[in-house]
Amino acid sequence: MNISYGWVRELAGAGGGSGARSDLPAWLLRAEEAAARITKIAASVEKSETVGVGLEGVVVARVLEVGPHPQADRLSLCQVDRGNGEPVQVVCGAPVIVQGGAYAHVAPGNRLPSGFEIGSRKIRGVVSHGMLCSEAELELGRDRGGIMRLGDDAEPGVPVADYLGLPDTLMVLDLNPNRIDLACHMGVARELAPDGKHLNLRPSGGPEWTPRWCDGESEAEGAGVRVEVKDPSRCVRYLAAVVRGVVVGPSPGWLAGRLLAAGLTPINNVVDATNYVLMERGQPLHAFDLACLRGGGVGVRPAREGEELTTLDGQTRRLTGRSSVIHDARGAVALAGVMGGHDSEVTAGTSDILIECAHFPPLAVRETARETGLATDASYRFERGIDATAQGDALRRCVELILATAGGKADPEALRAGAPPPAPFQIPLRIKRVNQVLGFGLDEPAVAAALDPIGLTTSTDAPGVLDVSVPGWRGDIEREIDLVEEVARRVGFDKPAEKVSRFRPSAVPDDPSFARMDRVRQLFVGRGLLEARSLTFVPGDFRGSRADLAVPNPLSAEEGYLRPAIVPVLLRRLEHNYRRGHRAVRLFEIGTVFGVGTGEGREKYTEEIRVGFALTGGRFPRHWLRTLRDFDIWDLKGIAVEAAERLCGGSVRSLAGDCDEDRRGADEFGASWLEWPGFGMYRDDELVGMAGLVRTEAVKEPAWAGLVIAGEFRLDAVRPSSAPRYEPLPSFPATRRDISLAVPRNVDAAAVEATMSAASPRLLCQAELFDLYSEVSEGDALRGLSWSLEFRAPDRTLTDAEVDVEMGKIAHALEEGLNVAVRGS
Amino acid sequence: MTLSSSPLLERIKELEREGLAAIKEAVDLDALEQSRVRFLGRRGPLASVMGSISSAPPPERPLVGKAANAAKKALAEAMEARKAELAPKRRRLASVDGTLPGRKLWAGGIHPITQVMDEICGIFSELGFTRARGPEVESVHYNFTALNIPLDHPAADMMDTFYLEDGVVLRTHTSPVQARVMEAHKPPIRVVVPGLAYRRDSFDPGHAPCFEQIEGLAVDEGVDFVEFRAAIHHFVNAFFGPSVECRFRPSFYPFTEPSAEVDVTCTVCAGSGCPTCKRTGWVTIMGSGMVDPAVFEQVGYDPERWTGYAFGMGPARIAMVRHGIPDMRLLYEADVEFLGQFA
Ligand SMILES: [Zn+2]
Repeated sequence: MNISYGWVRELAGAGGGSGARSDLPAWLLRAEEAAARITKIAASVEKSETVGVGLEGVVVARVLEVGPHPQADRLSLCQVDRGNGEPVQVVCGAPVIVQGGAYAHVAPGNRLPSGFEIGSRKIRGVVSHGMLCSEAELELGRDRGGIMRLGDDAEPGVPVADYLGLPDTLMVLDLNPNRIDLACHMGVARELAPDGKHLNLRPSGGPEWTPRWCDGESEAEGAGVRVEVKDPSRCVRYLAAVVRGVVVGPSPGWLAGRLLAAGLTPINNVVDATNYVLMERGQPLHAFDLACLRGGGVGVRPAREGEELTTLDGQTRRLTGRSSVIHDARGAVALAGVMGGHDSEVTAGTSDILIECAHFPPLAVRETARETGLATDASYRFERGIDATAQGDALRRCVELILATAGGKADPEALRAGAPPPAPFQIPLRIKRVNQVLGFGLDEPAVAAALDPIGLTTSTDAPGVLDVSVPGWRGDIEREIDLVEEVARRVGFDKPAEKVSRFRPSAVPDDPSFARMDRVRQLFVGRGLLEARSLTFVPGDFRGSRADLAVPNPLSAEEGYLRPAIVPVLLRRLEHNYRRGHRAVRLFEIGTVFGVGTGEGREKYTEEIRVGFALTGGRFPRHWLRTLRDFDIWDLKGIAVEAAERLCGGSVRSLAGDCDEDRRGADEFGASWLEWPGFGMYRDDELVGMAGLVRTEAVKEPAWAGLVIAGEFRLDAVRPSSAPRYEPLPSFPATRRDISLAVPRNVDAAAVEATMSAASPRLLCQAELFDLYSEVSEGDALRGLSWSLEFRAPDRTLTDAEVDVEMGKIAHALEEGLNVAVRGS
Repeated sequence: MTLSSSPLLERIKELEREGLAAIKEAVDLDALEQSRVRFLGRRGPLASVMGSISSAPPPERPLVGKAANAAKKALAEAMEARKAELAPKRRRLASVDGTLPGRKLWAGGIHPITQVMDEICGIFSELGFTRARGPEVESVHYNFTALNIPLDHPAADMMDTFYLEDGVVLRTHTSPVQARVMEAHKPPIRVVVPGLAYRRDSFDPGHAPCFEQIEGLAVDEGVDFVEFRAAIHHFVNAFFGPSVECRFRPSFYPFTEPSAEVDVTCTVCAGSGCPTCKRTGWVTIMGSGMVDPAVFEQVGYDPERWTGYAFGMGPARIAMVRHGIPDMRLLYEADVEFLGQFA
């Protein structure tokens, strides 16, 4: 929203003339202070810029004579009066220069706002003394394809800046969606004025117009025209006035200057008057060339399927019934509340006009704007809800401005079709409630003083209760709490009050999943993994990993599903790292995975938090003393065991993948990337995760990539806390013995360890595998495995003889139970 | 037969030679230890020679024993000498090129967004806030209706919201957890809700279609705007440091009233104005306000008795401001070079 500071100042009572007051707050004296004040109490001022700077050398010049350039068809030769009686010759490229018209002239030796210095120069053999300027050259807005025409009230020789009332400060406000009342200068002025109920409106300078209203519920007739409003969901109320015999031309300087300072480009006095009222009070209006309306009237209806309308921007649009249009006897003439039609536009030749001042409901305008892809000053305001009581005054203001600037005669009759405006209403406001919510400790007069200046008139009803009447422009205020907010805002969110933040208890226990996440992070970060956070969107088929939950309105096919598992996403992140030339990648992620189950509505969708990890490349950072060794399957098993045992209090089992159960497990964790055999992570005999080597087909990897290991497990399997019990440290030393075994192929290491433990249940305290030879005698039938065994008694130092006995029991049990022989004995 | 040609003595000499060679060739302490086990170990050849001493003719026995002990001693001495050579030595340090790189381990790291979230949760936990969680697939009821957001509100628009089916969305904010928590518990309530939210924004330097949010909610008797302001001040001081100012600006959310946006001094320019803060000197860090009575009514709380405040922050944006990260996409790409900077 663009706001002219000068305009607001004048409305708030700080302008020149009779409305000026002496008791002005600081923010009505300086633009910076105003911006800070608006930001603090109403809406952020995103930026402020000065409009109309660098115009020192630009003065009003009247064209005395205009003729063709002798050497060039497309140029014209003008004699202009700069107010000093000496005609000046200027060559001009614009197609239409009006004799007698006023323009902005820069004399030789002066500069444009851009800094460009103007001289006298020959153009095709004719000397041009300076130039006539366009809006863009004066940095006053968009170029409209010609030279800027000034109003007929412009006196030659007057600096153009003075004539337009510039420079001024244009402020860009970022409005909150509920504060559409701030989308006009009166709205902002109310917030800044000492007394916002009595704003200093600039007189139109023309005759007053007090119409005789011709009312009708669904149609009204008068002033020689008819207005029809049948569907309140398309149009709440439609007011219209007719002015005949206008002379369309440029607007006077004060009005054009205001529009420029508010970021609008003046077009002609009729259109400018509607825009002025829009910017002044937030009510969109539209002027039709009455001669172009067929059948002497207008109405509001849904567009017909396929109906075409050329809008003011010159585009022809095909409409459907979702859009609402203004129509005449033959067809659509405007998009209701959005944009006028090209065919009934007010042009230089227009004489009679119909002025529309309507209240279109937000939803209808939103539909129309959305379907046509248009967002205009009018649709912006209608969509957010305009003042439902303002149409009468706005129409009067607009007609009076047109009479003042374009002449003509207003029909004494005006039309009013639709529902009458809502009656004003009161909301009781309890002072106690204000203080309960705010804690500001305000009394009744302080609350009233906060509300009264912005038109929220208060009166005392019962003790401690104010009756607040809500003006039409504050459609956002419906409840007592809305008034509490107004008080807070107006008093200032920063109103001093003593209070320190303090601890208060919460009845809600800490969700254990966060403690689980903390433990997971601690483990993985300690092992040198980096935490990833990836987008949860994946394609439907990501290299064999199938997602079930489709997003019906995805941003792209690549993001058409929600991830069913974490590891496939990490593998994709891995590929990203490969592309960036990183060979050593260690990632983990904690995130939600999604699925579709049975049930209704939200219950149909399943979600679960999982932990995924993926590693590849060197086990250590490269160092000059040692060659790089890569992560392999044993690193994976190590991580899986640590996660299962330390985090979950569970264990890891090797899964061959040769039975349905194993494959179902892999499926559950989306582990289509897994190269069997894999590892299952278990807690209380329940499969809670899968880990393994990643198949080469599951990752697009460069030739230099290493093995990829990965795993995924359920967060809820992790214990939220671990408070291990202290175990007494041993008081007596252990005795170590190595044992080398020839183990048949069909006997696995775990079985050997279990047998050894069982054979020496009290004294064998640790068995650590330290060596494995694959080839022991007898071909492939045996493996050589060596353990280092530790024996210890809690109450004494073991003698060699005691240990020998244990070793004997172990050898015997292995021989008997597993057919495992002790080697080297 | 001479004593010197005794096979046992020969074997001992041979073992000593082999052992000394192995010790000399040992390139590191590991290798040295291996040769110790091999030659001097309990099951090593010298031990077994000693074990078979009884098989030697009686006159030879003391000689064999002596020779074996001498070999053992020689090996042990050589071992010690080699060990001293191989061990890191102070006296040689002067000749080491100290500019050579040291050996490192991989540094793991917590994601910068997680770091921000953990810190935020930690600061609020000092004020009594616990952590709560809710589903990411959410009903329209909790995501919009319970928060006083009408379904024709622009926030509920198909353009901005991922609808999974009629009435089910990917939550557009973490705020639905407010209603869930209040339905499940009676006041006093103090929770922070770290989690993911989804909006139909394309993935660009300033946006992501899913992003982290931290919601906060405090409900009790006597919680007013001033207390809310004090809590936020406490947070800003603790998180951004005491030199950072904060201010409250009027805002609008359907589920809070009064609503306020909280700005803090731009840390890039210290408030003097720069591109990061769009030359305003301020950076917005949260939307907030007093819980709207309509929300209390939705969950069956008496709005005349209970008051409270709620706030929401975007940890990704805060992480970007804090670390000077120019493009939001970097946070979600898991480039190890990027993540490693915050490890
Ligand atoms: Zn800055």
